[in-house]
Amino acid sequence: MSKKSFRQAINEAMHQEMERDPNVILMGEDVAGGMGAPGEEDAWGGVLGVTKGLVGTYGRERVLDTPITESAFVGAAAGSAITGLRPIVELMFVDFMGVCFDQIFNQAAKFRYMFGGKAKTPLVVRTMYGAGFRAASQHSQSLYPVFTHIPGLKVAIPSSPYEAKGLLISAIRDDDPVIFFENKMMYDDEGEVPDEAYTIPFGEANLTREGKDVTIVAFGRMVNLANQAADALAKEGISCTVVDPRTTSPLDLDTILECVEDTGRLVVVDEASPRCNMATDIAAQVAQDAFAHLKAPVRMVAPPHTPVPFSPSLEDAYLPTAAKIQEAVRMTMNAAQREVA
Amino acid sequence: MSSKTHLDRQHALRVLQDMLLIRRFEAKCVELYQAQKIRGFLHLYDGEEAVAVGVMQALGARDAVVATYREHGQAIARGVPLGPLMAEMYGKREGCCRGRGGSMHIFDRAKRFFGGNAIVGGGLPLAIGIALADKELGRGAVTACFFGEGAVGEGAFHESMNLAELWGLPVLFVCENNLYAMGVPLEQGEAETDIYRKASAYRMPAEMVDGMSPVAVESATLRAVESIRAGNGPYFLECRTYRFRAHSMFDAQLYRTREEVELWKARDPLVLMRSWLEENHMLSAQEYAAMESEVEREIDEAVAFAEAGSWEAVEDLERFTLMDEVPE
Repeated sequence: MSKKSFRQAINEAMHQEMERDPNVILMGEDVAGGMGAPGEEDAWGGVLGVTKGLVGTYGRERVLDTPITESAFVGAAAGSAITGLRPIVELMFVDFMGVCFDQIFNQAAKFRYMFGGKAKTPLVVRTMYGAGFRAASQHSQSLYPVFTHIPGLKVAIPSSPYEAKGLLISAIRDDDPVIFFENKMMYDDEGEVPDEAYTIPFGEANLTREGKDVTIVAFGRMVNLANQAADALAKEGISCTVVDPRTTSPLDLDTILECVEDTGRLVVVDEASPRCNMATDIAAQVAQDAFAHLKAPVRMVAPPHTPVPFSPSLEDAYLPTAAKIQEAVRMTMNAAQREVA
Repeated sequence: MSSKTHLDRQHALRVLQDMLLIRRFEAKCVELYQAQKIRGFLHLYDGEEAVAVGVMQALGARDAVVATYREHGQAIARGVPLGPLMAEMYGKREGCCRGRGGSMHIFDRAKRFFGGNAIVGGGLPLAIGIALADKELGRGAVTACFFGEGAVGEGAFHESMNLAELWGLPVLFVCENNLYAMGVPLEQGEAETDIYRKASAYRMPAEMVDGMSPVAVESATLRAVESIRAGNGPYFLECRTYRFRAHSMFDAQLYRTREEVELWKARDPLVLMRSWLEENHMLSAQEYAAMESEVEREIDEAVAFAEAGSWEAVEDLERFTLMDEVPE
């Protein structure tokens, strides 16, 4: 165990899995740093340096720089996955899914079911998401609900360096296509990460705080904000459970329902656009299955339904914050008090 | 291996029989569709038999095939067993995809037949990946990727052509140019109507082939496969062909004239091949009749297999959405 950044944790997971299994390959734009180009090999290592060092260790046959041709290389990864390789694709920004979505949702996601269980597609698409980087509308989206909507895909969203390494190793060993969401604001976040390889199972939520008044469900970077909010609220005498589901598909609804039954109040924090996102999905399922336990209406904390703005003042206003989460939690508490009064 | 096609009698008769099997299978599908045994979409291969049959003669068991949604003929030519193929059309549990794929999604791992694909151009990137895996795993295989000329308008086509050449992948691109992308004639859909010329933009060797001649298709494929196996990277064939029937079961064919269809029917690959064999005393009327009975018997058996099949249990509706468990 030692302190590592989110970036190092992801890099280490890929290193260890590529070492363990020679069929694991990596492809994407600039993952090696200019295939065949003169100059320093591995100059770039991915747009944010996540894949640095891999080409030096595993060579150009297993670390493939691709042209800017997402449809071809994401589809190629899917094709190679049904014939024996275990590809990890780096799709630089999830926003680029627009130019290759067919290969994910019509092809990779459907093979196993449509071919009667006779094909498996062990594909991992690693991609960056999230606002706050001043990256504007086409490099900042949080599109995980879109993938969660597609049967046949799994979706993981790590909330810390520890989660990132364990979830990525699980993703690489998984025989289904997995979309792995890395928040671009978190690459320098540090945390304790074991040196050895380990897995974190999909579909098993993690409780980062345990309390009795309000359940807060959050994903990815929002888990950290939810923790900050919970810690601040504790000083006001409001005790919160924070649930990090880790994966949106499969979703550990059982744990969420158990926590709601214990606390009677729910706040869902989601960085994705507010319509048909994880917050609305979880709110609806809780309303259906745990209505009798709710002491207050469910509150959802999400951005407004607008593209991500560039202007720093607007982008800061766009994102959920710990303060917004605290306010939502207080509203659930006040609603309950009114009921009692 | 020589790329010259040896038209020995036995080989020629097998080619004719494969084409006949496809033609009669499709006719049976129409009959079963009208009887509502087969539902949904049905895209028939009549007229284009020489392409699939010709290509498959030049492929071996280790090679892979990526197909289109007009793929019954491609599957039959590849040797996908007829019973499971017909059962799949019915949606039966005994179908090659347990009835979950249907007409447009025939799949057979043992035959390395990696799926009919209902997205125009959707199979091309997959073919690149299959070829990549085969190359990296040292299988020495060629991936034959079928697509229609309509797919050429898709970005996935151009991206896949580029990547295949760039990475020197063992891919045989087989464009079945039947001159209509649904109802849009070639000259209204493509600025360059000689599709094979597009390959030169990717520095890929390419040929235009008479897609009504199984012999021409086979020889071209042998040349292509020889070049690919020699490590020269991908190869492109444009097979000029024609579909005799409508695009699907929902097409009144108002976009083309009866005369045009008749002109192409005069070049029917089955009729031409049969006449050629007869003229060269390689096929007698009795032998052709025997071939017909054999084909009919195979189809009857396939229909009986499908009829006798069972329906998937409704409890299994959600099964196979994901792997049941993560294998160690």
